[in-house]
Amino acid sequence: MLIKFYNANLLDPITKTKGLADIIIEDGVISKIKLKRKSTPIQTKGTGSKNMLEINAEGLYLFPGLIDMHTHLREPGYEYKETIRTGTLAALRGGFTSVCCMANTFPVNDNPEVTYYILAKAKEEGSCHVLPIGAITKGLKGEELSEMAMLREAGCVAFSDDGMPVMNSIIMKRALEYSKAIGAPIISHCEDINLSEDGVMNEGKLSFYLGLKGIPRASEEVMVARDILLSKYTKGHLHIAHVSTKGSVELIKFAKEQGIPITAETCPHYFTLTEEAVKDYNTNAKVNPPLRTEEDLETIKSALKEGIIDVIATDHAPHHIDEKKVPFQEALNGISGLETAFSLSLRLVHEGTLSLEELIEKFTVSPIKILKIRKEGIKEGAQADLILVDINKEWKVDKNKFVSLGKNTPFDLWTLKGKVLFTVKGKKFLDMRTEE
Amino acid sequence: MKDLIGIKELSRQDIEEILNTAKAFKEVLQRDIKKVPTLRGRTAINLFFEPSTRTRTSFELAEKRLSLDVLNFSVSTSSVVKGETLYDTLKTIESYNVDYIVIRHSSSGAAKFVAENTFASVINAGDGTNEHPTQALLDAFSILEIKGRLDGLKIAIVGDIIHSRVARSNLYLLSKFDTEIRFVGPPTLLPQEIPDNVKIFFDLQEGIEDVDVVMILRIQLERQKGAYIPSLKEYSHFWGLKKELLNYIKKDAVVMHPGPMNRGVEISTEVADSSQSLILRQVTNGIATRMAVIYMLNPKEV
Repeated sequence: MLIKFYNANLLDPITKTKGLADIIIEDGVISKIKLKRKSTPIQTKGTGSKNMLEINAEGLYLFPGLIDMHTHLREPGYEYKETIRTGTLAALRGGFTSVCCMANTFPVNDNPEVTYYILAKAKEEGSCHVLPIGAITKGLKGEELSEMAMLREAGCVAFSDDGMPVMNSIIMKRALEYSKAIGAPIISHCEDINLSEDGVMNEGKLSFYLGLKGIPRASEEVMVARDILLSKYTKGHLHIAHVSTKGSVELIKFAKEQGIPITAETCPHYFTLTEEAVKDYNTNAKVNPPLRTEEDLETIKSALKEGIIDVIATDHAPHHIDEKKVPFQEALNGISGLETAFSLSLRLVHEGTLSLEELIEKFTVSPIKILKIRKEGIKEGAQADLILVDINKEWKVDKNKFVSLGKNTPFDLWTLKGKVLFTVKGKKFLDMRTEE
Repeated sequence: MKDLIGIKELSRQDIEEILNTAKAFKEVLQRDIKKVPTLRGRTAINLFFEPSTRTRTSFELAEKRLSLDVLNFSVSTSSVVKGETLYDTLKTIESYNVDYIVIRHSSSGAAKFVAENTFASVINAGDGTNEHPTQALLDAFSILEIKGRLDGLKIAIVGDIIHSRVARSNLYLLSKFDTEIRFVGPPTLLPQEIPDNVKIFFDLQEGIEDVDVVMILRIQLERQKGAYIPSLKEYSHFWGLKKELLNYIKKDAVVMHPGPMNRGVEISTEVADSSQSLILRQVTNGIATRMAVIYMLNPKEV
């Protein structure tokens, strides 16, 4: 199979390549990159052949495949929400060629058997690169460390009890210490569950107005502060998941200035939506941490610009419709995010918050550094791992067209600017050029 | 109007209309024959997911006085946890072809959820800590009877504000009139961020000084466990309304309580049984007010 892109704007922060180029992919490998000064008319030889695709990429961008550091693939155990097959297809549709899948499956990914199962499933049925994240503690219970080194050996790239904070400080301290021998970061879901109590949205005037129990910002910030101090103390690499508040940003900034080895991520919903999105008890906007206020949102944007927040991750959390079609308090937390995350993030470029290059770094170079994974980028001889994007194409989100089994999105029917048109991951590719 | 979900959604004019209608129904209730044939042939169901005797009885009586056929459907939360979702319960009930659904549920927003998923008229009889609109309407009706107006009044709401749907509905109702609203209680039971038009008092005596209406809220026994208050004894000592404190409110001020009371905790027996207490009047007015609400809703409007 031959895929040829002509006259594409190549932008690859991994290889630090930028410019107009023709690129040829042969059986999943980039065989030729021709950088050029100006676009040339396409030669149409060989069109119509089943084994060759010629794509006029004039005015379009080629980026390296995006990496999602925070995905819930739900398999094993919750295949009714999502499977490795559907989740990785949704990834390709959203421009992601690598996803890091969280450990809160059933059984929990706290032992190598589960890791092997996920990797075998991914090889068999998956469409993109699956990088498992192992549990910090056995059963996500926060009591005993999981076999982190064996999990690492089996293929886990990081450790997290995501969804469940590690409440016991001594356990978190030991995890950060132990991780140094393994060379993989600890990803912390920062939340003091005592402070959150049974809160379901951001605490403030709106939560009082709606009669919903609030989750204070302090519930996140208390743990961000604790984990920063534990990282300083142990020198273990801490990565803070889904940052949602201004206070967390300030703490992370302080920590980075001190040279404490921490990194951080946020998700598109935290710089796109505020708590106003749950005003009508919209369960599809119920996430944890909860959507906050305009002030938090603006601070998160600046933090992305200033590099205080390193990564944009999806926190793709697919749920079955029955789990959202209930009163707000009872609905599960999460947004099915893989298929909208990149387009939502492109808004940051269109409004001038980030340059295109900075945005792509948040999805590629930063996760690569944090996870210490090898990605060659777009270069001759490398496995094809790239996406073709029209950053100006307007399209309407339709949850019913999601490949993900999770249709839980607060962005349904939104018009977004910028769309992934073509994703190539090795010999696999997904052509979305004719999608509305 | 198809449903009554909350006071939030009502205008001042809507409220005045309901209160006027309630007045007419109160007259009916004072007759020898208290039943009107208005809604004969229609059916109401009281769908209660939380135990309640008073509100359910009040609704049931209101429905019967309007000649509605009445069904009571009480579901203990535990059996819901075991299986059926609210949506399925609702669809089952809808299949009985009922015209009115009166719902009480422990989740905020549940009444709205039900209204959005059924053709029947839905009346919120209390959803979580969100709203209890008929309580606020009957409270307003009772105040009006005594005071003749709502505008210009000072009202203190005392106690467990954050957990109270009664406090919220009263806040929204009174905010639509020219009133001064005060929240009084220990900081742990007051909202973290205060609504713009509310004054906060931690001290009971200061909080009720010179007010026209004191609304006392019920304190739940389990608040001690959540560390909201150290003990009922301490709460009662500092925030319980006792006879001596009545000297600080206006001479013609009234004291209200939505019931059921914890005598000797949030309100002393002397106050509850005093001439300034509207508590039993509130109960009586509940029926007329609920009749008015049901009468004014239109199940056929889609």
